[in-house]
Amino acid sequence: MSAPGGSDRETWPLFEVFVRAARGLSHVHAGSLHAPDAEMALRNARDLYTRRGEGTSVWVVPADAITTSDPDAKGAFFESPAGKNYRHARYYTASEGVPHL
Amino acid sequence: MSAPGQASAPEPRVTVDEIALSAELAGGDARPASAEIAEYALWLGDDALILAQQLSAWISRAPELEEDVALGNIALDLLGHARSLLHYAGAWDGRSEDDLAYWRDEPEFRSAWLFEQPNGDFAQTIARQLAASVYWFELYSRLQDSADPTLAAVSAKAVKEVEYHRDHAVQWTLRLAGGTDESRRRMLRAVADVWPYVGELFRDEPLTDALAGGGVAVRPSALREPFDAVIAAVFAEAGIETPTAFASAGGGRRGSHAAPLGFILAEMQVLARAHPGATW
Repeated sequence: MSAPGGSDRETWPLFEVFVRAARGLSHVHAGSLHAPDAEMALRNARDLYTRRGEGTSVWVVPADAITTSDPDAKGAFFESPAGKNYRHARYYTASEGVPHL
Repeated sequence: MSAPGQASAPEPRVTVDEIALSAELAGGDARPASAEIAEYALWLGDDALILAQQLSAWISRAPELEEDVALGNIALDLLGHARSLLHYAGAWDGRSEDDLAYWRDEPEFRSAWLFEQPNGDFAQTIARQLAASVYWFELYSRLQDSADPTLAAVSAKAVKEVEYHRDHAVQWTLRLAGGTDESRRRMLRAVADVWPYVGELFRDEPLTDALAGGGVAVRPSALREPFDAVIAAVFAEAGIETPTAFASAGGGRRGSHAAPLGFILAEMQVLARAHPGATW
């Protein structure tokens, strides 16, 4: 990476933002933003993604630190479970009085 | 856009009419107990109004879109403080916040000179933000215990907001001062340009002396030491020497202003004066 300020066309690095709406919920991907570093990314995320009181906690992750699945390999990656009904625990009878099954 | 994890929750209805807005004013509809308290609220309200107007000019012009939003948010927070304070000040003699914002001329404004200093480059705005937000944080932290319940309520709301503004300014001061040769050069020049206007903020006036005695106001000179302590820590980390050379005469509290305020007011007031009573 070139030195900051080295080019007029440079932009800040990209960060992905994850916001937790309430205690007990997971952080959910809210969007992305540019920031000069992680500390400023957190502040920008606060301004951009929690301005209507959406959040109790925010994570920011450098976008290039995220490894993603290959969209072209969807078939091999995700379709294999199809037809393998034995992977779903559907053949058991639920015991009486056990909630949330 | 729905909030994450709350897809089914209805959006709160946002209406921009006078009734919905007046509920946002901290302090409610109280009337100041004396002309002195109204005048003090006017001073504080003018400071916030002028800086809100100035910061708004950054929208669409900041270095990045994200910073546009950050400065816009800060400007809106300050406008909120200004509205509450001017609403309260105007309640003394039956003037509305709009009367005070749009229908007073330069000599009737009581803002300190720091707030009318030009935006300049980004470093200049950050240097002004640093001085302003550290000052306001120290002021509102104390004023939330004011004997005047409205000033206390407005301050209690404002102190949380200016704490974030202070953090924003500190972070950028450190980054600009410790960034490239160019950003450091600009930050040092900005501090040198802005600092002469800091002294006026801490000057005691007969009005603040009188009100501080009754526990209504905070004596400006009492804020100097905590302000200097915070700034010294930031400047030490940033490798900036606190300028001491020269202090501006100031005079905003008496209605004496330098050239920039006229242009700021012209832009802020032109629409309201061209179309009196217009709503949108």
